[in-house]
Amino acid sequence: MKGRDLSELALRNLREAVLRNSLTTLGIAVGVASLVAMLSLGVGLQNLASDRLARTGLFDAILVTPKQNTPGFRRLENPASAPAAPLRPLDDDGRHQLEALPNVVAVYPEIRFPTEIHYAGNPYATVVAGVAPLDRNDGAFDQIKGSFFSGPAAEEAILQIELARQLATPPESAIGREIVLRYAERQSLPAESGGGKPDGYSIVPREEKLRVVGIIETDPAGFGGFGRARLFIPLKVAETLRATQTNDLRDLLRDTPSKRTYDSLTVRVGGATKVKDAEEAIKQMGFAAYSLLDASNGLNLVFRVFDMFLAIFGSLALVVASLGIVNTLVMAILERRREIGILKALGAADRDVRMLFFVEAGAMGLLGGVFGVLIGWLIGRAINFGTNIYLARQALPAISVTAVPWWMVGLAIAFSILVSLAAGMYPASRAARLDPVQALRYE
Amino acid sequence: MPTTASNNGKAAIRLQQVTRHYQMGDTLVRAADDVSLNIAKGEFIALLGSSGSGKSTLLNLMAGLDRPTSGAIFAHDRNLAEMTSEELAQHRTHTIGIVFQAFNLLPRMTLEENVELPLRLAEVERSERNNRVREVVDRVRLGARLTHRPTELSGGEQQRAALARALVNRPTILLADEPTGNLDSATGDEIMNLLREINESLGMTIVMVTHEQPRAERFASRLIHMGDGRVLSDGGVR
Repeated sequence: MKGRDLSELALRNLREAVLRNSLTTLGIAVGVASLVAMLSLGVGLQNLASDRLARTGLFDAILVTPKQNTPGFRRLENPASAPAAPLRPLDDDGRHQLEALPNVVAVYPEIRFPTEIHYAGNPYATVVAGVAPLDRNDGAFDQIKGSFFSGPAAEEAILQIELARQLATPPESAIGREIVLRYAERQSLPAESGGGKPDGYSIVPREEKLRVVGIIETDPAGFGGFGRARLFIPLKVAETLRATQTNDLRDLLRDTPSKRTYDSLTVRVGGATKVKDAEEAIKQMGFAAYSLLDASNGLNLVFRVFDMFLAIFGSLALVVASLGIVNTLVMAILERRREIGILKALGAADRDVRMLFFVEAGAMGLLGGVFGVLIGWLIGRAINFGTNIYLARQALPAISVTAVPWWMVGLAIAFSILVSLAAGMYPASRAARLDPVQALRYE
Repeated sequence: MPTTASNNGKAAIRLQQVTRHYQMGDTLVRAADDVSLNIAKGEFIALLGSSGSGKSTLLNLMAGLDRPTSGAIFAHDRNLAEMTSEELAQHRTHTIGIVFQAFNLLPRMTLEENVELPLRLAEVERSERNNRVREVVDRVRLGARLTHRPTELSGGEQQRAALARALVNRPTILLADEPTGNLDSATGDEIMNLLREINESLGMTIVMVTHEQPRAERFASRLIHMGDGRVLSDGGVR
């Protein structure tokens, strides 16, 4: 029998016992819905987590530091390894080279220094950190009270809430006010005798006036770690301050003490996939490089296992539903015994009868799959809705904890059809084997 | 075995020492026991016998709905006993048409859909199906009833519809199992007249199982009496 005739007959048969077949199809739909709801939750949470992590810049950032020359276990294990190359300082030359690497979006130093600030005439000790423009995407700045820096070099400051509470009550009243930043500036000294090398630098106390523009409640996650910094200023401003940092002491001992070096530089690349190549290139340049790529791979593995378990639990309902298909079709064989006999007498081959039942099972699978995806998607929406009501009560921003991507739609429907066909296999072959003489015996 | 070969004398169906045994509980039932028959093209055969005589078994064997325990059944020189189930299905589609005592129309389909069913199974082009259906439905004079369901038809009409369905694939052999068994006498005669008309105008070979001797004598060209799975007598009436 041709496919079109087969489907016409199958659909006609499905319509004949419309209540029973609808209930069976609904059973499949519920099974698929539970699968889709579970998976959408898994994928949604994964998306949420990777999105949050991506926005922290943790996964497209590489931390570059000068190579350490301290002997480690590796050296002991492999004494024949090449003698240590002269250490390459992480200076401005290196920084320009890093900037020239392909796919590199930005290279910036981590600037953090202890300081004293004056607000409304009172002094407070705190730690200042420079914030790169890319850090704007960090989740911590999403819920800023006030605003982010008006420009990359604006003489503005953002306070961490703990500091803001110390400065003003209510803390929000600090926004728009001026604070004075006191810090130690590093000034290079000219060479004392002609032709000699520069002798080093001096440290001079300075003041900088800044306007408070915003307050944040959570610490930014930034790669280099804004570690316990309570006052944030634009990175460009921080760089121009030339405030003394911890590694400055080591510069003094170098051949070129006036040339500034960095403790570390953060290299941002255009996406997590480009991290690996860039990291390799940086190591070739003679620096140490570290990224969270491996950590992110581990995270993906965890989510995959999580998804797998969710899928297994979700599939259980579908397996139960497939028993419904077996039941419905076996009942249909008993009911349609005579009809199968007639079809065979009229020339239907075993194959035709088998295919007829197969198509009926497949059609229920397809319909159940489509409805199931729809119901599963609605369940996902409901979970989102409920979650966001809860979050709104906690004064937290709305998020999406479930996601139904197109691949899941296709996969769920295909899986539903496959399970239904598998369930239809036994009834179909039983119908095909039916002896027409027995089936047509006049009763 | 005497045969009254008519027409061109070539066999439409040939049975050679056909047996069909089956187990029913502890007893072995010999539904067909060493039956040999030659049925020529264009013959109108009546298989007579009491119930359990083996006449329906023989019909099912010729239809390819059942397989013999031993022996050979040739339909147009092809041995049904050696065919695969797929080939038997082809045989039922193209070579034979079957009519049953209980009509066996599919109750949820209209007359037209019932008659069209064998065309679907034979994979006949859709464009051709309408004409074929029209042709056989006109032959059994049911042209006005195309959209009726079996329950809306009288017994006679249902059997005519079943006859149309049996003819729609233009078979060469028509097998009828008690075709008038569920009909009153007048309607039964009407069906018998149709069968004779088909036999005469199309030259179609007809094998009809019946237990009504007088009717068989009136319409068939040859009577074969069965008993206990064997051929008791075989002879022409006209």
